[in-house]
Amino acid sequence: MATNDKLIQVVDLKKHYNKGAIKALDGVTVDINRGDVMVVVGPSGSGKSTFLRSLNVLEEPTDGQIIFDGVDITKKTYTDENGKQQKLNINLHRQRMGMVFQHFNLFPHKTIMENMILAPMQVKGMKKAEATEKAQHLLERVGLGDRGAAYPLQLSGGQKQRVAIVRALMMEPDVMLFDEPTSALDPEMVGEVLEVMKELARGGMTMVVVTHEMGFAREVGNRVLFMDEGKLMEEGTPDEVFNHPQCERLKDFLAKVL
Amino acid sequence: MPGSWWSSLFADMSPTSFFNLSFLPKYGSMFIQGVEFTLLLAVVSVLLAVIPALVLALMRLSKNRVIKGIAGAYIAVFRSTPLLVQLSIVFFGIFGSFNPRITLFGFLTLDTFIPCAVALALNSSAYVAEIFRAGIQAVDGGQTEAARSLGMTSWQAMRLVVLPQAIKNVLPALANEIVTMVKESSICMTLGIMDLMFAAKTTAGATWITLGPYTLAAAIYFAINYPASKVIEAIERRMRRGDKR
Repeated sequence: MATNDKLIQVVDLKKHYNKGAIKALDGVTVDINRGDVMVVVGPSGSGKSTFLRSLNVLEEPTDGQIIFDGVDITKKTYTDENGKQQKLNINLHRQRMGMVFQHFNLFPHKTIMENMILAPMQVKGMKKAEATEKAQHLLERVGLGDRGAAYPLQLSGGQKQRVAIVRALMMEPDVMLFDEPTSALDPEMVGEVLEVMKELARGGMTMVVVTHEMGFAREVGNRVLFMDEGKLMEEGTPDEVFNHPQCERLKDFLAKVL
Repeated sequence: MPGSWWSSLFADMSPTSFFNLSFLPKYGSMFIQGVEFTLLLAVVSVLLAVIPALVLALMRLSKNRVIKGIAGAYIAVFRSTPLLVQLSIVFFGIFGSFNPRITLFGFLTLDTFIPCAVALALNSSAYVAEIFRAGIQAVDGGQTEAARSLGMTSWQAMRLVVLPQAIKNVLPALANEIVTMVKESSICMTLGIMDLMFAAKTTAGATWITLGPYTLAAAIYFAINYPASKVIEAIERRMRRGDKR
């Protein structure tokens, strides 16, 4: 399903803290194509979460570019088709990048259905009936069609994360970003969430996934990035990265996790 | 009601006795009116403070340094100067030349009530702003991130996601602020508002019973505030249980 149609170009992305004393991201350059399922792996503290969170500018990069569908979304302005400088509205771009968090971040004061329809109605101005119908359809797809009236507190972790995924899908994003989506789950619930992600990948969704699930990376990913100390150390197909690692760091890392 | 069976109870008590309440038959109605004024003043001033306090709290959390600074300065000034001074400045400064003569419900003469309520509200908003700020900051940052990642503006994220959760954190502290205000408002007596403290002082002056009226005032303040704070505590406990559900 992968293409050569560049959806996100990351150019020399840097994120420094304490005036450069801490380099969470130290010059990452990579292209994400439409249809890619890109899995980012690496030891903790390697900057992979920062990388992911920078893609929709939840984390403001210190330097570098993120060119999303032709527009550099790290800048305050952009140049439109007529060559005019326009003010960049990051919210418009974020709508097109769904994000799934480690701790689900469902809105606890709203029911599942309200969680689903809030952003489509408020941000896109979708009618309630239309949003509800769409939400019901998506909830059924992840096996939660009967839980619309429940509150997040009444759901299991796996159910919450499935809701979080379809909540992001409500905005019809061009790309889905997953920030360790199964790390906070009890082991028996990991499978149900991965299953939803696999189905999403089979449907052709562009995905960037930060995860410790090497099985998922092998099976579903078409590209694997290995990050360490804020740098992109190695990149390749799952076969290349897992079976023929080049750099020492990666060999070390694989020895520990496989 | 001289001649009631209990009017003779205090007849031979000394004026400095703690429980000399012989003024009650004549001055009791003043205390009742005083309680009404005190409660009204406390509730009205805290309610008046809520909206400015929310604005101040949001300003404090703004990324803009100037906006943040203005709110910070306001809070610093009102928290670091005595309430009596603030009250006097508002009363003589702002309302000195402009004196509305309106009467509400037949007994609220607004020429002292409004300045006092405004001054208390200005003061209270500084404290309530800090309550709101803490309540907003207590909401998990992931909530804002989730809202923003769905394309909401920062104001939408605040209004639709963060504030509804913050309000719940803040309600007990807000109720506590009313309890505080019931006590603090006694200072308005100095400007002639006929609150509970005014009733006590006037009675003491008129009857030469120096202690009894104040004992009674203390008892009434206590009877209002202690049960109120216990109820708030109970509500707080229940809300915490609700969170763990």
